[in-house]
Amino acid sequence: MDETIRSVLAEHGRLAVDANSIDETTDLFDVGMTSHASVNVMLALEDAFDIEFPESMLKKSTFESIAAIRAGLLQVTAG
Amino acid sequence: MSTVPPTLLGDIDTWISEAFPDVATDADRGARSSLLRVGVDLVAVSDVIESVERFGDRYMHRMFTPHEVGCCRSNSNSADPSIPEYSFESMAARFAAKEATLKVLRPVGPRPKWCDIEVHRTDNGWCDIRLTGRAATMAAEAGIEEWAVSLTHHASMAAAVVIGICRPAVPLRAGGGQCGQLGNRHEGEL
Repeated sequence: MDETIRSVLAEHGRLAVDANSIDETTDLFDVGMTSHASVNVMLALEDAFDIEFPESMLKKSTFESIAAIRAGLLQVTAG
Repeated sequence: MSTVPPTLLGDIDTWISEAFPDVATDADRGARSSLLRVGVDLVAVSDVIESVERFGDRYMHRMFTPHEVGCCRSNSNSADPSIPEYSFESMAARFAAKEATLKVLRPVGPRPKWCDIEVHRTDNGWCDIRLTGRAATMAAEAGIEEWAVSLTHHASMAAAVVIGICRPAVPLRAGGGQCGQLGNRHEGEL
């Protein structure tokens, strides 16, 4: 899962750093991800994992780090 | 650290005093300063183009209301009018307005859906902000009763400024008007 998340971030996150080398708790907005880029990340994650994020998870904190994204994905896939 | 020039602060203070005559004066500077909230955002048009190319209708319908999509549609350069073309600059400006509106709403928990915030184009071409769902609820909770928005784009960038006007937090004087009258006071000035 983490590998896919990092791949999505590398392609859509517009990060100023290498998505494959950042710590899982690094704040993605601190390393360059814009709000618009976070939308692309969300849509790409939905494609990659064949899910749809519910409204309750459409908040900045869901996409603020690799660990947060992983937790969100696990929550969606478990539901 | 930069500061606002004292003369400008004085002008703003005078304007607020005139616009909100029912709000108590000097002792309530803090309350008056919370009457206005402003948000601004800047979006690269190329980002929107890439999103539309990559995610197509999913991006469009997740981000924009049917009214907004209609406002961004242009068939002027299409050889086939049945194939919609879009002004990506207009889309970028509308995304910027939504993000600027979020900065005014200041969400701390779940954010509103993007489509809860609509940039509505009026018949005369000006735009205003219309809220539904969670965005409308958040605005009501914050006491924001009036909205103003301005969009612009140039070359590769689009921007929006959004202002929310809150109801006065201090008691109104007896016989004073309600906050809703503010809209009437400035009606037609835009």
